Amino acid sequence: MKPVHVVEGTGVPLNRSDVDTDQIIPSDWLKRVERTGFGRGLFSEWRDDTTFVLNDPNYASASILVAGPRFGTGSSREHAVWALMDYGFTAVVAPSFGDIFKNNSSKQGLLTVEIDEVDVTSLMNIISENPNTLITIDVANATIEIAALGWSRHFELSRNTRERLLNGWDDIGLTLRHESEITTFESHHDLEALSLRGIFDAGGHVVHYDQS
Amino acid sequence: MAGVTLFEKIWKSHVVASNDDALTTLYVDLHLVHEVTSPQAFDGLRLNGRRVRRPDRTLATADHNVPTDALTAPIADPISRRQLEVLNENCQEFGITLFPRGHENQGIVHVIGPELGVSQPGMVIVCGDSHTSTHGAFGALAFGIGTSEVEHVLATQTVPQSKPRTMAVTLTGSAPAGVTAKDLVLGIIGRLGTGGGAGYVMEYRGPAISQLSMEGRMTLCNMSIEAGARAGLVGVDETTIDYLRGKPGVPQGPAFDEIAEKWRRLISDDDAVFDHEVVIDASQLVPLLTWGTNPAQVAEVSGVVPEPRDDADRRSLTYMQLTPGVRFSDIPVDVVFIGSCTNSRIEDLRAAADVAAGHHVAANVRALVVPGSHRVKKQAESEGLDLIFREAGFEWREPGCSMCLGMNPDQLSPGQRSASTSNRNFEGRQGRGGLTHLVSPAVAAATALAGTFALPKDAS
Ligand code: SF4
Repeated sequence: MKPVHVVEGTGVPLNRSDVDTDQIIPSDWLKRVERTGFGRGLFSEWRDDTTFVLNDPNYASASILVAGPRFGTGSSREHAVWALMDYGFTAVVAPSFGDIFKNNSSKQGLLTVEIDEVDVTSLMNIISENPNTLITIDVANATIEIAALGWSRHFELSRNTRERLLNGWDDIGLTLRHESEITTFESHHDLEALSLRGIFDAGGHVVHYDQS
Repeated sequence: MAGVTLFEKIWKSHVVASNDDALTTLYVDLHLVHEVTSPQAFDGLRLNGRRVRRPDRTLATADHNVPTDALTAPIADPISRRQLEVLNENCQEFGITLFPRGHENQGIVHVIGPELGVSQPGMVIVCGDSHTSTHGAFGALAFGIGTSEVEHVLATQTVPQSKPRTMAVTLTGSAPAGVTAKDLVLGIIGRLGTGGGAGYVMEYRGPAISQLSMEGRMTLCNMSIEAGARAGLVGVDETTIDYLRGKPGVPQGPAFDEIAEKWRRLISDDDAVFDHEVVIDASQLVPLLTWGTNPAQVAEVSGVVPEPRDDADRRSLTYMQLTPGVRFSDIPVDVVFIGSCTNSRIEDLRAAADVAAGHHVAANVRALVVPGSHRVKKQAESEGLDLIFREAGFEWREPGCSMCLGMNPDQLSPGQRSASTSNRNFEGRQGRGGLTHLVSPAVAAATALAGTFALPKDAS
């Protein structure tokens, strides 16, 4: 993951609640085994509608998506994050997010900015009136602001997520630095929690007498 | 000192390391893998020269893409075919047990874990799939993860997690006859809303839960994610133990009794304190369906399309092509789908077959029954359920996710209306432009016979 310090750009208002990951990237796109090229699938069912906000030329260069409550609920598909980023989004601002979506975003460096619904609404109004409004999101200070209007809000960002974003850390690498702790944990835990060892043969068939 | 919740017991016994602030490195006992959310994770391992740390704690199956018609027919869609091939190659390369299409143990990932007895009480279970919450029915902490996390678990057998809060959802009283686990969970989500469980692990408890079979508990835990919860849980009791006894993945004979003794302790203490509590009187619940495009938009099967309360409701009504005030029993249905990880287990098929027996699917309806796994299919066939369905005009198909989502050939056409036992009624979920109503297996079967939304005869 590339480090993320400050994200700056114009916003596009997606005034809908419960935008689930099935809408962000419809399932037809999930058959691909690559990680790139999902931008074309972003909101693909909605993009057929010429009045859909992403089709509005005023927002053609927007890189910050501003949406209603519960953005990214539903399926765990990380493809939703890949699609948003591949399309050119660097941040999503909403009153709340789906849990897994938020996790997935933090792994890829897509900022999820959670602010009060009234603030999201006023932000939507501002960018609806003037699509060229420049929005700045600062990771180190956990702020989102429109300098030209003197509008600024703080958002919650755990220290851990902030550090990971600022440093572009690879989670797996971080965990493997503590590999000895995992090994120690396993040495007693393996006695408690059964594994699959001995249940299936190489062909995946049940080895022992199966009474069920 | 206050008692300890079941969640807390499982969490505590899986902490490998606590980082400075919010994240805990949690050990994973069982990692379930399927073809959709894993290819990019395996690729990541290869790129970094990493191996799978514990192939003996990793199990893979093909489910989302598999066609459900004859097993001998080739997979027509080259991209689906490729994704399944890539799963085969990856499992081969990394030494992971895989149940490919047609294998005797193959099925929907959340059906096979429990039925093989590999999803066990006290475990931390993850899968790159949000409905992993299903396995919480066994008193396990089970939750969905994204592809980056799948890679993380493959490489380290751990997952970094922020600690969720706990919510007790207590169902008092007894569910009236004809009210199934699906109705209970739709009722719960209808009350809590799609965000009501956000940040929580929900533990279902109370008399109405104790009375539920394991299949019913799985249906309930399965849909916890639709209320926004990280996971759903039910404490271990004799129903849990009886279900697991004799399953391939558990110890057999006296060794089982020994481990069962440990499992019995996996309940919340009587005086445990939850961060939030919700009490619902199950005796007040009725058979429900969803009318909108999120699972909290529920109504009574015997009622009418509700008036919209806000813009989101109005949008849903427009998409669903519905008018408030119209009786559901007057709304024709094109497709009935009985299947998915919510309702494709043997008990679900029995409930549907009970309703279907001796009747016939209405002329305007295409009705599909898709068992959750080959084991379920075999069991159903040994009970003659396939014959009941076939004679009643239902299609009896091969296992897979099928029409739960539009990744395989079973899909709705634009404008087609379905009664579906699956878990998501999102726009286009079952195929572009499809109109999905979530229902229980019994209501699905009754609807197939009536041609419009209907309750089973003995319940109406
Ligand atoms: S049946 Fe549906 S919800 Fe369940 S795993 Fe398959 S696609 Fe996901």
